[in-house]
Amino acid sequence: MAAYILRRLLYAIPIILGTTLVLFVIFNVVPGDPALQLAGKHPSPEVLASIRAELGLDKSLPQQYLTLLKQLVTFDFGRSYATKQRIMDMLWEGAGPSLSLAAPAYFLATITSILIGMFVAFYRGTLVDRGIVALCVAGQSVSVLVYILTGQYFLSYRAGLFPISGYDPSWDGRWAYLILPGIIFIILSLAPSIRFYRTIILDEVYQDYVRTARAKGLGERNVMLKHVLKNAMIPIITDLVINIPFLILGALLLEGFFGIPGLGDLIVRAIRDTDRPVLVAITVLGTVTFVVFNIISDILYAIVDPRVQLR
Amino acid sequence: MSLFGWLDKYVKGTSLTSEAIRRLLRDNFAMVSLLIIVTYVGIAFAVYFHWIGVEWQTEIDTSRAAPNLAKDWRYWLGTDLFGRSVTSKVLQGTYTAMYVGVVTSLISLAIGVVLGALGGYFGGWIDDVITWLYTMISNIPDILLLVAISFALGKGINAVIIALGVTGWVSICRLVRAEFLKHKNRDYVQAAAALGVGHTRRIFLHIIPNVFHIIIISFSLRFVTAIKSEPVLTYLGLGAQSGTASWGLMIDDAKGELVQGVWWGLAGATVGMFFICLAFSLFADALRDAVDPKLRT
Repeated sequence: MAAYILRRLLYAIPIILGTTLVLFVIFNVVPGDPALQLAGKHPSPEVLASIRAELGLDKSLPQQYLTLLKQLVTFDFGRSYATKQRIMDMLWEGAGPSLSLAAPAYFLATITSILIGMFVAFYRGTLVDRGIVALCVAGQSVSVLVYILTGQYFLSYRAGLFPISGYDPSWDGRWAYLILPGIIFIILSLAPSIRFYRTIILDEVYQDYVRTARAKGLGERNVMLKHVLKNAMIPIITDLVINIPFLILGALLLEGFFGIPGLGDLIVRAIRDTDRPVLVAITVLGTVTFVVFNIISDILYAIVDPRVQLR
Repeated sequence: MSLFGWLDKYVKGTSLTSEAIRRLLRDNFAMVSLLIIVTYVGIAFAVYFHWIGVEWQTEIDTSRAAPNLAKDWRYWLGTDLFGRSVTSKVLQGTYTAMYVGVVTSLISLAIGVVLGALGGYFGGWIDDVITWLYTMISNIPDILLLVAISFALGKGINAVIIALGVTGWVSICRLVRAEFLKHKNRDYVQAAAALGVGHTRRIFLHIIPNVFHIIIISFSLRFVTAIKSEPVLTYLGLGAQSGTASWGLMIDDAKGELVQGVWWGLAGATVGMFFICLAFSLFADALRDAVDPKLRT
C-alpha cells in the first residue's frame, strides 16, 4: 500500500511537467508575441522591449519554461501586470472569499443531491423518477447566466431579500452577501449532480448482493441505506475529492456577477485587463492542484475499496 | 402510441443500424427532438441565405419597447436597447448558435476521431504520443484550459469556436480509441486485410461505420456544451463582439436590461437555447438507448 501511494505521488511529477508544458505552449507559443498583446495599439519599440524584459520574454523559450517551473516550485509568480500586486498575495486574499462561498454551498448541494438521487433510485422507473430526470435535463438546457440573472432579479431586486452584489470581508459580515450566490450555486449543481448520483446508485442497485439482501428479507429502505449507500459512497467520495480544487477556484461566474472578490473573480478581472502573469499563475497553480487532488482521489479509492488490486 | 412508427416499414434489413433506426422511429421523444433539430437547422439556413432576419440591425421601434402582439411578428418580442427587433435577433442568434455548435463539434470530432482511430489502430509509439497528449489535456481543468486558449487566440466568435473545439476532443478520442482497440482484431477487419485492403480503407470504410453511433452521440453532447459555453465566454468578453447577433450577447445585455424591467431579450434568447439543447440532449439519450444491445426487445 505504501509503495502504491508512493508510486502514485511520483506519477504526479511527469503529469505536472506535461501539463505545464502544454499550458506554456498555449500561453507563450500560440499568441505570437505576448508583448504585443499587452502593449496595446501602436507600441513604440522601447515600450515593447521593456514589457518583454518585465515578463522575462527576452529569454529563449526553453529558458522561459524553466522560469515558469521555478516560479511554480517557489510559489512566486511575480507581480500582476495590471495592479502590480504580488500575485501570491492576490491568490491568498482571493482564496478566502472563494472558499467561503463554495465550500458550504458545495457541502449542502452534495447532501441534497445524494438524497434526491437515492430517492429517485428508490422509485426508479416510476413517473416520479422519470419526471425528476426530465426536469434535470430541462434544467441543464438553460444557460448558467440565466439562472444567475433571474435569481438576482427576482430574489434581490424585486423581493429585496438579499443584497444584489457586494461583499464584506469581515468574518460575520460576509455571509449575508453569500447566501444568494450560495443558493444559486446549489440550484446550478443540482441537475448534473442528481443525474450523476442516480447513475452511481443505480449501478449498485442492480448488483447481485442487493438481490441477495432482498431475498434475505430486508426491506427496501434497509437495502438502500445499509448496503447500496455504503458501496455507492466509494465512487461518490472519490468524485468529491476531485471537485475540491474547483471550490478553491471559486464559481467564476457567480463571483463575477455578485462582486465577490474571490479567485474566480480574479480570473474574470485578469481576462478583462489582459493580465497575463495572473492568468498564467492561476492556470498553472489550478492545474497542479487538480492533478494533486486527482492522485489523492486515486489513493483514497484504493484505500477505501477492498476490491481494488494494487499495481 | 408512436407518431412516426408507421415509417419503419421503409427501413428494411436486419442490420444493427436498421434495427436502431426502427427503434428510434418508435421513440416519440427522439422523433420530436429530431424534428426540433431539423427546424433549427432550417431556420439557420434561412438566415444564412438572407431569407429572414436580415434586417435585425434596423431600428423598428423605440428603445426597449415591450412585446406588442398587435403588430407583425417583428414586434412580438419587443425591442432591445437600440430599438432592434428581439425576434429578429433571436432568429439571427439561431444561426450563430447553430454555426458555433456545428463547427465546434466538427472540429472536436475531426481531431478526436482521427487521433482516436490512429492511436487505437496502430498502437505503438503513435498510441503512446496520443495517449500522453490527451492525458495531459484532461488533467487541466476545463475552464482553465478554455480561458488559456481563448486568451491566446483573442476575441471573436471564431476564436471561441477554435477554443471550444480544441478543448472538447478528448472524450471522443478516448471512446473512439477504445472502440478501435476492440475492433482492430475482429474477424471482419482481418478478413479485409487478407483480401489486401490497405490500412486507410480498413480504418475509414470498415471500422469507422461501426463507430458512427458513438460519433453521433458525441456530436450531440458536444453541440450542447458548445452552445452553453458561448454565453459564458461572451460574458467574459471573449466571445461574440457587438457586431454579431448571438444569444450569448442577448443574455449578457440582459444584465443592464432587467433592472429596467426589460425581460423580453433574456426570454427570447433563453427559449431559443432551451429547445435546441433539450432536443439534442434527448436525442443523444434516445440514440444511446436505441443502439444499446442490452435493451433489445
